[in-house]
Amino acid sequence: MTAALLDVADLTLRIPGAARPLLDSVSLSVAPGEVVALVGESGSGKSTTAKAALGLFPPGSTASGSVRFDGTEVLGLTGERLRAHRAGSVAMVHQDPRAALNPVRRVGDFLVERGASRSEAVELLASVGLPHPERRIRQRPHELSGGMLQRVVIAGALAAGPRLLLADEATSALDVTTQADILALLRELRAEHGLGLLFITHDLHLAAAYCDRVYVMYAGRVVESRTAEALFAAPAHPYTRGLLACSPTLGTHAPLHPIPGRPPSLADTHQGCPFVTRCDQASPSCETWQPEPLPLPDGGTASCIKDGVTHA
Amino acid sequence: MTDRLLQAEHLSKTYSLPGGGSHTAAEDVSFTVPEGGALGIVGESGSGKTTVARMLVGLARPDHGRITVAGREREPRAPRGRTARLTRAREIQMVFQDPYVSLDPRLTATQCLHTALRLHGRPESEAGPLLDRVGLGSREADARPRDLSGGQRQRLAIARALAVDPRILVLDEAVAALDVSIQAQILRLLAEIRRETAVALVFVSHDLAVVQHVTDEVLVMRTGRVVERGPTHRVLTTPEHPYTHLLLASVPTTEDWDPTAAARARERAAATEEGP
Amino acid sequence: MTAIETPALSVPVRVRGRRPVGVLVAGTILALVVMAAVCAPLLAPYAPDTIDLSSSLVGTGREHLLGTDSSGQDLLSRALYGARSSLIAPLALLAVAAVLGVTLGVLAAWRGGWVDAVVSRLTDVMYAFPGLLFTVLIIAVFGAGMTTSVLALGLAFTPTIAKYTRSLALSEARKPYVDAYRVQGMGGVRICTWHVVPNLARAILGYLVVLFGEALMSLATLSYLGFGAQPPSSDWGLMVQEGQAAIVQGAMLPALVPGTAIALVVVCFNVVGVWAADRLGRQ
Repeated sequence: MTAALLDVADLTLRIPGAARPLLDSVSLSVAPGEVVALVGESGSGKSTTAKAALGLFPPGSTASGSVRFDGTEVLGLTGERLRAHRAGSVAMVHQDPRAALNPVRRVGDFLVERGASRSEAVELLASVGLPHPERRIRQRPHELSGGMLQRVVIAGALAAGPRLLLADEATSALDVTTQADILALLRELRAEHGLGLLFITHDLHLAAAYCDRVYVMYAGRVVESRTAEALFAAPAHPYTRGLLACSPTLGTHAPLHPIPGRPPSLADTHQGCPFVTRCDQASPSCETWQPEPLPLPDGGTASCIKDGVTHA
Repeated sequence: MTDRLLQAEHLSKTYSLPGGGSHTAAEDVSFTVPEGGALGIVGESGSGKTTVARMLVGLARPDHGRITVAGREREPRAPRGRTARLTRAREIQMVFQDPYVSLDPRLTATQCLHTALRLHGRPESEAGPLLDRVGLGSREADARPRDLSGGQRQRLAIARALAVDPRILVLDEAVAALDVSIQAQILRLLAEIRRETAVALVFVSHDLAVVQHVTDEVLVMRTGRVVERGPTHRVLTTPEHPYTHLLLASVPTTEDWDPTAAARARERAAATEEGP
Repeated sequence: MTAIETPALSVPVRVRGRRPVGVLVAGTILALVVMAAVCAPLLAPYAPDTIDLSSSLVGTGREHLLGTDSSGQDLLSRALYGARSSLIAPLALLAVAAVLGVTLGVLAAWRGGWVDAVVSRLTDVMYAFPGLLFTVLIIAVFGAGMTTSVLALGLAFTPTIAKYTRSLALSEARKPYVDAYRVQGMGGVRICTWHVVPNLARAILGYLVVLFGEALMSLATLSYLGFGAQPPSSDWGLMVQEGQAAIVQGAMLPALVPGTAIALVVVCFNVVGVWAADRLGRQ
């Protein structure tokens, strides 16, 4: 295994006023050229984790653990070095491209602001598959469709030559056919530039179909970490199983089995496993067991002590 | 049982754009829904599926075509008289995409249902059973929308629609904004309601997998036109139109899905259209 | 492993909704003015209309804290009683303007089309026409007096409120919850009066607070010009006008006392109004 590009270890993030940590002992890694998915429902902490890789933390929060990028500790960075990290090595693409672009400025200006020259801007737009890049750089955001704009945002993210791309629900707002286009583009860019890709999504099917490895998050914790095939073939954690059983799947007619209840908010406290109240296999011991990732025979981990999970 | 509870014939709608142009949102859209049936309308943004939904409930006025419910033609715009308006409302109700903005921010869940019940001359005591029906408890009954979760809001929106006791329920992307585990709860709730009340569903969505789970028949729309129609299972397993093919190829599935192949299929589809 | 304070911790976070000192001061002054108006009979040393020609134009002193005017009336007593009409009249004016303005604004936004066009053009014309001139014209027809002034200025203030309400109602009427009421079969009048307007109430109320200072000022101006309050009222505007002559005789107080009262209340209302409009409008 190559040295990790991004290595988050035991990251715990607390904010005052919340009953539980925003992130609780989160560990994950992304290697160069690897596509890693971070899956979870809203409030699971997946976006917070991604922002932590940028050195962005919610105001007033206290972090412990470590976030290493290429061997450098991000948690301790301040001032100029933090700015350099945010602007250079890591880039983030958000869900809504319109929010990332200034509506009154031209597409070309957006790229130039990010350090590209005029001619590089044209090349960048060509490299993200926008037809007629020379014309595009003179256009304004409202003249382009959502899919085209997301390409522009990706071009802007590439302008500084990052080594890790964080895609935070970057295709969720797009039509399925456009989503496929953007995903194909990201895959191509990864191959070309050896980019690491951390792909944050709520769509378990998309994660399993597109990524090499998947981390499943719940209530600020990583509850399962597996290769995409293993996760789909034999999900270990009851929450992952529940997610798969309640996601409508094309081509199968299995009835949906919703997970009862709803994900805990920041105001809900819990002892032991955070999933215990919604879990159909919970036993009294789950209420006191302090969750930790337990190794599985295939090399993955799952934070569950139940019999259904066979640990190595 | 009527097998033509809802009948839409040749619906068309064109919007004029600022600057003189015009945009055809829907063109010659026809379909029928039997009593207790469920029709899916799928398409991407700009396909006209939401326009069709809005025409059904009377929020948009079709330029051409007519809509009949149980053989009675619906007037293209809201009738002046109160009785006619209420009768019309009891034919079709709607659940909107974003449950936060589709609920009156000032009203608690109970007040929201009281408003609908009073309007239709039904006793306010039915609010309790309605909340119960959609799985909202006494704690949620006195909460305003901002204090409810996304799933709870959508449950309330469904209860509000049911308060009118409609024959048809139009759902416009009603589960799109919800988390997966919550979405499944709402889909199950809809299935239960359909079984118990024989209300017919028109389910508008961009999500093929969800449509597959909810509906019997499906229309595939593209740029205002219906490109394919048929039993949901048949359309989603052996599609006939290239666009339906493309849509299905674009949905990520675990068996060797390749976004590049889907992207190429899209280019081919675009090329054949622009060809001649 | 050490706990590290995150860099973001050092970034000061602006706490929203903290009341600035100015607003507190202005609010306190307004509260005192209102109390003074309510308790005028208890606080005033004299009846406001006690004429005592022997002590005309007396300066500040133990007998008359703020001095007297040319007819020997105690200025403090007059100012205290004058606070009543000076505060109630703008309230009445705004009530008239709000009822008309909100109705017109919501009507224009809801019906759109020609109704909107007519209402909008009408408000534009009124806008272009100076409000005070318009009021004076009405007074010329119906005669001077407080009631006429309040009604006439109420009409003059209507377009501002109508325009503001229209823009709010336009975006409110586009919200899906309004669509939901229509789909329920609710009529337009009922949707507007029971659901759209109550949802706009906070924002409109905030705007009215801002307008209050302007309303008070306009009414005082009318009274000063002799179109509004008539003697023997102790309306502040009228008092300024009456005190004007004394300036020539070297007595500043008869004009200064009511003038300061007007300025103080208007400034305080503006300070509180801007803050309140901001808070209420944000919901």
